Amino acid sequence: MADFVSDFWSWFVIIITVLSIIFCWFIVLTQAKKGQFKGEVKTTGHIWDENLQEMNNPMPRWWLMMFYITLVFGTIYLALYPGLGNFQGLLGWSQANQYDREVATAEETYGPLFNRYLEQDLKVVAADPEAREMGKRLFSSYCIQCHGSDARGARGYPNLTDNDWLYGGDPKTIKTSIMSGRSGMMPAWGDIIGNEGVFNVTAYIEFLSGRDIDALVAAKGKEVYATTCAACHGANAQGMQVLGAPNLTDKVWLHGGSNKRIMETISAGRQGVMPPHGEFLGEAKVHLLAAYVYSLSLDTEK
Amino acid sequence: MATEETYNYKVVRQFAIMTIVWGIVGMLVGVIIAAQLAWPVLNFDIPYLTFSRLRPLHTNAVVFAFGGSALFATSYYIVQRTCHARLFCDKLAAFTFWGWQTVIVLAAITLPLGITSSKEYAELEWPIDILIAVVWICYAIVFFGTIMKRRIKHIYVANWFLGAFIITVAMLHIVNSAAIPVSMTKSYSAYAGVQDAMIQWWYAHNAVGFFLTAGFLGMMYYFIPKQAERPVYSYRLSIVHFWALIFTYIWAGPHHLHYTALPDWTQSLGMVMSLILLAPSWGGMINGMMTLSGAWDKLRTDPILRFLIIAVSFYGMSTFEGPMMAIKTVNALSHYTDWTIGHVHSGALGWVAMVTIGSLYYLIPRLFNREIYSKQLIEVHFWVATIGVLLYIASMWVSGIMQGLMWRAINSDGTLTYSFIQTVEAMHPFYIIRTLGGLLFLIGMLIMAFNVWKTVKGATPAVARIPEPAMEH
Repeated sequence: MADFVSDFWSWFVIIITVLSIIFCWFIVLTQAKKGQFKGEVKTTGHIWDENLQEMNNPMPRWWLMMFYITLVFGTIYLALYPGLGNFQGLLGWSQANQYDREVATAEETYGPLFNRYLEQDLKVVAADPEAREMGKRLFSSYCIQCHGSDARGARGYPNLTDNDWLYGGDPKTIKTSIMSGRSGMMPAWGDIIGNEGVFNVTAYIEFLSGRDIDALVAAKGKEVYATTCAACHGANAQGMQVLGAPNLTDKVWLHGGSNKRIMETISAGRQGVMPPHGEFLGEAKVHLLAAYVYSLSLDTEK
Repeated sequence: MATEETYNYKVVRQFAIMTIVWGIVGMLVGVIIAAQLAWPVLNFDIPYLTFSRLRPLHTNAVVFAFGGSALFATSYYIVQRTCHARLFCDKLAAFTFWGWQTVIVLAAITLPLGITSSKEYAELEWPIDILIAVVWICYAIVFFGTIMKRRIKHIYVANWFLGAFIITVAMLHIVNSAAIPVSMTKSYSAYAGVQDAMIQWWYAHNAVGFFLTAGFLGMMYYFIPKQAERPVYSYRLSIVHFWALIFTYIWAGPHHLHYTALPDWTQSLGMVMSLILLAPSWGGMINGMMTLSGAWDKLRTDPILRFLIIAVSFYGMSTFEGPMMAIKTVNALSHYTDWTIGHVHSGALGWVAMVTIGSLYYLIPRLFNREIYSKQLIEVHFWVATIGVLLYIASMWVSGIMQGLMWRAINSDGTLTYSFIQTVEAMHPFYIIRTLGGLLFLIGMLIMAFNVWKTVKGATPAVARIPEPAMEH
């Protein structure tokens, strides 16, 4: 693909570049020739500021050689590699084709290592120590930025080692979450149910997870819950994995479980995004990642 | 024989003193952010103290406040003394002083507030950019006005470099800062996408090439021969390296954008010209070093000369390192690592700051007509600063190369051996060493401030009559 809108600019670059290099040659060669006089080195005869003077020593030979070598190297480089406008260079190299070559080589070398697991059931892969090790390495490269080195998550990013799953914890669902990503959306209710509604429903939710709460306030909150929250979080508040709506009766809080944080969540809403990785990593790597993530909570299951 | 006319030393004195003040401020901020990288808790969760806001404050303070004031001070001194003429238009010169200080104060206010154009080394918003342009054009008028008044036909080599620096920086600043304002504190760059990146690095690399190299070479060409009391080594070499340097530097910017969306041809030209730049850069080093031939013994007894010569040595080292890092295959390892930070500081501390410090120790006694308070303290400053620079750059080399190698290490299945956070953990000890190196350099500046304070306290400003040129031309 040409980088120029017209040949004019290509020639513009070529001519200026070539003239520039010729200019460098010219200035060095002419001055170097003049410099090779014999006899005593004198000053130029000018005196500034009482005692500033200049000797007229010839330029050091090793320095001139260094200059020539870089000029020759530059000229050869511009013949071999793209540089002179639209001229692509004798080697036909470009950073795009270098990248393609490297990716193809990597695909050829490492592809089979990953692909051999693709046919296996995720539970089998999860039981394979070698596969788990590979999954762990992938996890370290692509997942720990949000879910943490220990996969225990952070505020807004789910813990992957427990048994609380927003979208479901069976291996296939985990794989789908990684392949296509997820986007969770808790709408902002502040304007709709008002401050009092937020306060009451917060109390009800805290009551559900076993906190010591004024029963009267919780009862008022329950009414608000039934009309606004139950549609997604379920009548019994145990959540709904189809929508990614969290269980509100346990002690796991994705966005923080303090009274203040819960009120904030209800009032202003939350957005959670798990980006899709299928296209980026390819199915084989996602397969290993899914098995690894699944394996993380196996120990905690009992 | 002296004429009745005197040199304008007032503006030189003002800029010289502010160079030390801003040096301390800029380097203090540098030490703070170096410490924040080692111990992130040190931003105390206060937005004005976060790394993202203090880092541009650091770079602006050391480059434009410290380096800029040093260039104003020395160029005004050099151009007067080598032209045997008083500065053109005292009022305009005074305006450049107050205007430049205003720019610095505005930078110190707006950057911590998060007001930024987000262009590296050009973060200041458009109203300040306009003030910079106005001050700079006045600077050019004062400088070239003085050149026009010169009483020696031949223009001294230092002035070539200073003149090139002033003209090119005006061009770089005005082109790169072109923006569309949307409010007093917000604007959008006039360029989009990769063009914006290219213009930005054309600017930023030549800020290094002209502001921090050509300008300071001008300083070197005056103060080394003066302090060594020897003629400049080779006039011929200075011609060749001057023209080749200013001509080649302007091409080198794209080496900051290797392996990006920048077209291949642009990257190649940036790399080739960066390599060709090696010899022209070293021309300056040779001329500085060889000026001492026949007077090497002075290095043993003269700490000022030692500052100037070690500066030239660091200059030679970083101008060798620079072209090497511009080679694509080397750059693939060094890019985005601490190696770059080490490289920049071997230039900034080793070259720019050292040559400035040496020049100021030469200047201050002459500007105030006093002997320096303590030569011993200059000696101490020299060693503290040198050890500081060495700790800084050595730790960043090790840290940076390790970082680059860790990023590319892969397992037998092609996955990355190290997660990003593991590289950060591995770099932690070097961040502490770096902070220590920076702290030593800052302590050196404080020693200098004390020494200068003791020297100038109660002094009456020097009045220098302009001598007749030694020869008629």
